Amino acid sequence: MAWAGKILRVNLSKGTVTTEPLNREWARDFVGSRGLGSKYLINEIDPKVDPLSPDNKIIWATGPLTGTMASTGGRYTVITKGPLTGAIACSNSGGYWGAELKMAGWDMVIFEGKSPKPVYLCIQNDVAELRDASHLWGQSVWHTEEAIKKSLQDPLVRVSCIGKAGENHVLYASVVNDMHRAAGRSGVGAVMGSKNLKAIAVRGTIGVGNVRDPKAFMQAVAEKKKILADNAVTGQGLPTYGTQVLMNVINEVGALPTRNHQDVQFEGAKDISAEAMATPRETDGKKHLVTNQACFGCTIACGRISKMDQNHFTIQNKPQYWGASGGLEYEAAWALGAANGVNDLEALQYANLLCNEEGIDPISFGATVGAVMELYEMGVLTKEQIGIEAPFGSAAALAFLAEETVNGRGFGKEVGQGSKRLTAKYGHPDLSMSVKGQEFPAYDGRGVQGIGLAYATSNRGACHLRGYTIASEVLGIPVKTDPLEHEGKPELVKAFQDATAAFDSSGLCIFTTFAWGLADLAPQLQAACDQAYTTEELEKIGERIWNMEREFNNAAGFTAKDDSLPKRLLTEPAKTGPAKGKVSMLPHMLPKYYEVRGWDSEGRPTAATKKRLGL
Amino acid sequence: MQKVLHINADKCTGCLQCEMACSFENYGVFATAKSRIKVFDFHDTGKKVPYTCTQCDEAWCLHACPVEAITVDKATGAKVVSESTCVGCKVCTIACPFGTVNYVQETGKVQKCDLCGGDPACATACPTGAITYIDANWTGLDRMKQWADKLGNTPAAA
Repeated sequence: MAWAGKILRVNLSKGTVTTEPLNREWARDFVGSRGLGSKYLINEIDPKVDPLSPDNKIIWATGPLTGTMASTGGRYTVITKGPLTGAIACSNSGGYWGAELKMAGWDMVIFEGKSPKPVYLCIQNDVAELRDASHLWGQSVWHTEEAIKKSLQDPLVRVSCIGKAGENHVLYASVVNDMHRAAGRSGVGAVMGSKNLKAIAVRGTIGVGNVRDPKAFMQAVAEKKKILADNAVTGQGLPTYGTQVLMNVINEVGALPTRNHQDVQFEGAKDISAEAMATPRETDGKKHLVTNQACFGCTIACGRISKMDQNHFTIQNKPQYWGASGGLEYEAAWALGAANGVNDLEALQYANLLCNEEGIDPISFGATVGAVMELYEMGVLTKEQIGIEAPFGSAAALAFLAEETVNGRGFGKEVGQGSKRLTAKYGHPDLSMSVKGQEFPAYDGRGVQGIGLAYATSNRGACHLRGYTIASEVLGIPVKTDPLEHEGKPELVKAFQDATAAFDSSGLCIFTTFAWGLADLAPQLQAACDQAYTTEELEKIGERIWNMEREFNNAAGFTAKDDSLPKRLLTEPAKTGPAKGKVSMLPHMLPKYYEVRGWDSEGRPTAATKKRLGL
Repeated sequence: MQKVLHINADKCTGCLQCEMACSFENYGVFATAKSRIKVFDFHDTGKKVPYTCTQCDEAWCLHACPVEAITVDKATGAKVVSESTCVGCKVCTIACPFGTVNYVQETGKVQKCDLCGGDPACATACPTGAITYIDANWTGLDRMKQWADKLGNTPAAA
């Protein structure tokens, strides 16, 4: 049946750890990970709860395929009400932690309340206990992981934790596992910090031994792995270049947001691209990219491991950054680079390392720096306020602000509140490139119309991972649509959003969808679980999850007004490239989107829709 | 023809498909902790290295065993532990210079790679060719070919 069948409930206020059986009915209807964890959260918290209060809860959830041989089966999701947005927050991570939790015999861990002092949860198979983390408080992610392994005398223990940023309630603090894999977005790390919860260490030696039909499962897994291997994106592009394969592509399409979305093409794109990472540096003759790396069970292996130039100004005399570590992925390279007009690859990687070391989301951080730089160039913010001259293109300012933000110092405290609060404080709320308070990722909604609608309607605020229509609009997967055309995009966005919700709930990685559809997921789930998960059923489950999340946000106080984009995208036409002269056609797409969703004109699921989906 | 597991660490991505395949083959469960092949991740260099028993001809483990629980599988050359004979004394784990035979608390016996009777699951599962099962006499063939290619395709010095 693939689910472990039990969950851990940790009451941090009381210091208790209890076991309960998994709700089988919910597991059937919401599968696992994102869907099932969200079902638990929504069932248990008041949608209007203050995200950083003890009444909020936070859940680590795996899916039925997590910890199995299904390719990419290492994912877990952190679910809570997010402090950056006030909406449901649901951040997914790879690495090895999720599979370890499953192999220890648990589907998920629910934390409630707030510990009176810093603690971490230690799980060794069926034994789980809270331990003192006073000595770890104030320490980085990297130090925390090492210290826990050392104190448990177990190099194979896996750790999911926060750094200083989560402790300091940086509103986009991340939860990091395995040194550089992160549940990155929406500030899930700040919720962890608000509960005085530093880490979850887990060692699982029991394994996952209950797939329903092992023979059929192994056969389906082998077939689907072959599809990934034979596909140009998952078999060649991603392993060779990583997600950074997109940098030059998106720039050419004219959808690479540059200098806080003032431009849609970046003259320095080639300097921060996958190709640049693989070319020997002029300074020391070495390549930035060392190798690619897979997460648990993944046969794609898109991860980047990089090594910086030891003589770069950011890391001189700082040997802790001289080794190989998690390198630039496309979203981070864009947010730290193009969004700020910075084309210094080494500086971007330095900022990226700090994001991993202390646990912040490089997308929201980089995009917030973009807004700061625009305010600086306008004369609204000064060198004295920021602590450094901060024009667009300044690698020094980027590195300085990264240090200040992760350490909670000076102007970094304001950067740590995100662009929405920062720009509002200085009187220019329109300069926050965000939806529902969460910053945009690396695609411009003028150059790619569908993704603008996907941002506006994403349940966790602006996000590319809730409906990656770039696949269709730019890459032609599964079918090519015109990125500049807005007709037909509401239907496309809905289809992507629903399918993504189903994939996210299985325990597998969304990157498989460059090669797979739900028809490829279905036989793997079906062989593993006691359920007839057909393609149609999975579509419906995805739609159910989407509507459930939406209902939570509506109850939290969001309305149709929040399904919007910043004025810049709606009124300032793209200046160059194929989209020159275009603005986002969101006002034309949104009503149709509500219609295809079966929502009323205020964006609320109708009674008929809820009934159809069993909500 | 005898075959051996051949490891090319440069190709390893650290996905652990081999560890899962090993535990599934031997115990019917996906549990990397039960695997007889281990992938080591050297974070500071980015290196991932799979490691398991190389099936020594003069195997220290076999010679050290006081109850002859480790024998040679004539078909594959694998040194195989007989669980029914093994008394869990762990002398083999001390004798093995490579650490590839290990005690299992749950069973009270030792375990090591037995080449899955001639069709190693780890090699089948490896998506990158980092682990292959090839002719024992020609494990250098690929590397020779690479150098031959380099030499043969370089214009001769004038």
